[in-house]
Amino acid sequence: MNYIPNILFLTALFIAIGFFIQNVGKLRRNIALGKDVDVSGNKKERFNNMMMIAFGQSKMIKRPIAGFLHVIVYLGFIIINIEVLEIIIDGLFGTHRSFSIFGGFYDFLIASFEILAILVIISVILFWTRRNVQKIRRFLNPEMKGWPKNDANIILYIELVLMVLFLTMNAADYHLQQAEVASYTQAGSFPVSQFIAPFFDGMESSSVILIERIAWWLHILGILFFLNYLYYSKHLHILLAFPNTYFGKVTPKGKFPNNKTVTSEVKLMMDPNADPFAAPAPSEENQVPEKFGASDVTDLNWVQLLNAYTCTECGRCTSECPASQTGKKLSPRKIMMDTRDRLEDIGKNIDKNGSFVDDGKQLLDDYITREELWACTTCNACVEACPVSIDPLSIIMDMRQYLVMEQSAAPNELNISMTNIENNGAPWPYNQMDRLNWKNE
Amino acid sequence: MSEAIKVPTMAEYMAQGKQPEVLFWVGCAGSFDDRAKKITKAFVRILNKTNVDFAVLGTEESCTGDPAKRAGNEFLFQMQAMTNIEVLNGYEVKKIVTACPHCFNTLKNEYPELGGNYDVMHHTQFLKSLMEEGRLKVEGGKFKGKRITFHDPCYLGRANGEYEAPRELLEKLEVELVEMKRCKTRGLCCGAGGAQMFKEPEKGDKDINIERTEEALETQPGIIAAGCPFCNTMLTDGVKGKNKENDVEVMDVAEMIANAEDL
Repeated sequence: MNYIPNILFLTALFIAIGFFIQNVGKLRRNIALGKDVDVSGNKKERFNNMMMIAFGQSKMIKRPIAGFLHVIVYLGFIIINIEVLEIIIDGLFGTHRSFSIFGGFYDFLIASFEILAILVIISVILFWTRRNVQKIRRFLNPEMKGWPKNDANIILYIELVLMVLFLTMNAADYHLQQAEVASYTQAGSFPVSQFIAPFFDGMESSSVILIERIAWWLHILGILFFLNYLYYSKHLHILLAFPNTYFGKVTPKGKFPNNKTVTSEVKLMMDPNADPFAAPAPSEENQVPEKFGASDVTDLNWVQLLNAYTCTECGRCTSECPASQTGKKLSPRKIMMDTRDRLEDIGKNIDKNGSFVDDGKQLLDDYITREELWACTTCNACVEACPVSIDPLSIIMDMRQYLVMEQSAAPNELNISMTNIENNGAPWPYNQMDRLNWKNE
Repeated sequence: MSEAIKVPTMAEYMAQGKQPEVLFWVGCAGSFDDRAKKITKAFVRILNKTNVDFAVLGTEESCTGDPAKRAGNEFLFQMQAMTNIEVLNGYEVKKIVTACPHCFNTLKNEYPELGGNYDVMHHTQFLKSLMEEGRLKVEGGKFKGKRITFHDPCYLGRANGEYEAPRELLEKLEVELVEMKRCKTRGLCCGAGGAQMFKEPEKGDKDINIERTEEALETQPGIIAAGCPFCNTMLTDGVKGKNKENDVEVMDVAEMIANAEDL
């Protein structure tokens, strides 16, 4: 027997999966550059969030048109993966439709793959139209120019080609089954591709076999290519949406974390028994004091970095953001894209130099401007809008904290109101002793 | 106004060895801002009328620290928080009501970790509970049938998931409630949150409060109802900016209830 196809297949599979694993390693390393954060509690709630929001797509359908189309492509992705498993087995062992041992259930499976495939083709075409023909505002923001726009279209083209190859492969297979060509045993039912099959009528069986083989190989090689494209693309969300919704915020959206270092300092200040002249403990003497807030991605926590890799740039956050809607520079999506871009630059720097070598850049100013940060109203519209539990607001807040606590660089009016709070307990210059005057007015 | 309002302080209660049912946290806007003071007084009139045993901190109250925290000054926030917590715990406060969603959010969510554990309610939630207990009778009165739209405060709605309490009160007033397109979870901010109240907005095409006011005016309301002193200011400014102040009023839900009762 001829084992060359099996060996070629195994090699392709080995290279593709090996390369993918290598990139997953980089992804993990980059995310681990973030600070530690406690996400151990609320396991049940977290699991439920993941099942509802990621698996169940509960937030996608808040926008019915995009949501509906997305659910189709998502179901296609999940279900057609069963077919990929069969293709891998066939490829490794040289079998023809190995899952046909399931009999009638196999017919049902193939039929549903075919119907999903045609629905995915329709959805992908509509998605492409939405992005390239219709003037949908959230796809036209400045941050979507260049690679982000191309990336989105490339994903749609790959999906389209994969589905067309899948149906071509089935149509040719169906034709050969009907023609009772040896080794093409009757298996599966083909509600869609049976309408493509007549195209092969009158062709030599050998030509149809060639077409079937080419479609089969291009389909699986395309899938392996797509798997490896993920790491370089916004399309990573198909994997990361699951952990991201699991690790997403489980406290009320209005609750911002209290900085623990500040707590101990304030407690010390308010402790009447604390010795203000005490020398620091010997263990603390050479410690660099903790930096407040974030000026670069390594100051963020790892969940925020996971957020950045999960973002698929749909822009629902930006289209709900009051600042963005009124023409300010702030776009929550850009905050996430900048965070990822910076993190990837640091990752490449590490790949090149073994460890990070200062490149004279940071997330603040080189990627995200102060004007963007100060335009935020902390209204949580972006957090609410995100279909995969990304929290752009937390990054904005951490960066504001850096600006104020490390650089004293708040806008002047804010400095005045903060001084007022400090001196008289209100953001305006009123005397605290007048706080109850309203009673008699 | 039939009679003078009664506003006891915690210090007075302490002197008498008594503990009120609830502490009314007035907040900076409620204490100093001329427009917000009217909301404060309207709420007090309802408390007086329904014989709610409440007290305020008066001159012992200080900013919760919310604007400092949202501006990025964690240190100032925690200084404020811990000072307030010392006062509140000193008085053994258990339950707090406030007419400001920013104070509400901070007291409820950010104080517990710093040692301040209280049952915190927004005034619309508190009024709703009074209504459910039968202590407060809300009837249409002069607002019956009036076209009203409600603006969700971000720190009550999205931040804490409370969309219904203010709406239930409005329904009891028998108003014709018309929702804006962006409401509840998708409600558009008035533009004041995140310490924006205290600074000029960044450059853009439009101010956020104008965008929101335009949306509210599209519903052709007689009154824009709000539940936050800052939203109230922003929308009042917006209505004035559109020269509609003679046709459309911006009112707090508590003011509407007090007015309906002619308190």
